[in-house]
Amino acid sequence: MTDTPLVIAGKTFTSRFFLGTGKFKNKKDLSDSISSSGSQIVTVALRRIDLERHEENILEHIPSHVTLLTNTSGARNAQEAVRIARLARASGHGNWVKIEVINDSKYLLPDNQETIKATEILAAEGFVVLPYISPDLYAARALVKAGAATVMPLGSFIGSNQGLKTKEFIQVLINEIELPIVVDAGIGAPSDAALAMEMGADAVLVNTAVATAQNPAVLARAFSLAVEAGRLAYLSGLPIEHFVANASSPLTGFLYDDIPTN
Amino acid sequence: MKITINGKSQALTSAQNLTEFVNAFCKQPRHVISELNGVIITPEQWSQTNLQDGDVLELVTFVGGG
Repeated sequence: MTDTPLVIAGKTFTSRFFLGTGKFKNKKDLSDSISSSGSQIVTVALRRIDLERHEENILEHIPSHVTLLTNTSGARNAQEAVRIARLARASGHGNWVKIEVINDSKYLLPDNQETIKATEILAAEGFVVLPYISPDLYAARALVKAGAATVMPLGSFIGSNQGLKTKEFIQVLINEIELPIVVDAGIGAPSDAALAMEMGADAVLVNTAVATAQNPAVLARAFSLAVEAGRLAYLSGLPIEHFVANASSPLTGFLYDDIPTN
Repeated sequence: MKITINGKSQALTSAQNLTEFVNAFCKQPRHVISELNGVIITPEQWSQTNLQDGDVLELVTFVGGG
């Protein structure tokens, strides 16, 4: 069965697995994971340079064929997100930005209203904007109007590995929003990623689970296989769930004449 | 003269342009992005941008993130 590739802002991707680059123990684990994941979109963040320490830049470990998606982590409102996005673009590494506006240190939930504002400003400036939100239909519709390239609903709290706690709300976005839906945050295991894809999500972004695994590159590969499996299952026209049993073998031709009853 | 670099005060003994400053203070000058007094300065503009007393300079770069 042939799949149509994922297209975001006119760019075609064969992989539907995005990888985050935070929290890796070392740069080798990061490079190995990017390569074993087959990811074609990789997220990075922007921070002040540490003038005291010499550190190799993360970009030295990201292959040039990969699309760089800079997040606006650290932004507490739309203006700060816009500032980070403009700085990132000035680096000459493209104009793809993941809007992340967070104003809560306990749950790290995104501020949908500020995210919509930032998306509107940056999309008008020609950025390819991938906003990260709490899954909410009205926010998603506002993002479509604001010029977002995708909608990225969270599965559960960032870095929690809790999986798809917001499953039903993500399903609403998949059903109602025309833009690609990329499930982000909280995906802890390949089974979570497969589930998101079976539901009809267009892609999945994972960072913490891979970066903090004992063997990140192996888990990155497992995630990419799960994303592919989930996608194939979705395309196959997955049968619906039944509340009662439904025999897989014929219910005729038994070796006795009386049909079992309750 | 004194400037504020990444939130910290820094004394400069001589007048410097941004190229000289970045090369002197950044251990890894590649992929550095600068914002001077709230305005982004691209690397092509660095050599023509002289630092002045009281300037507020931000130097940022890419790090791992999700």
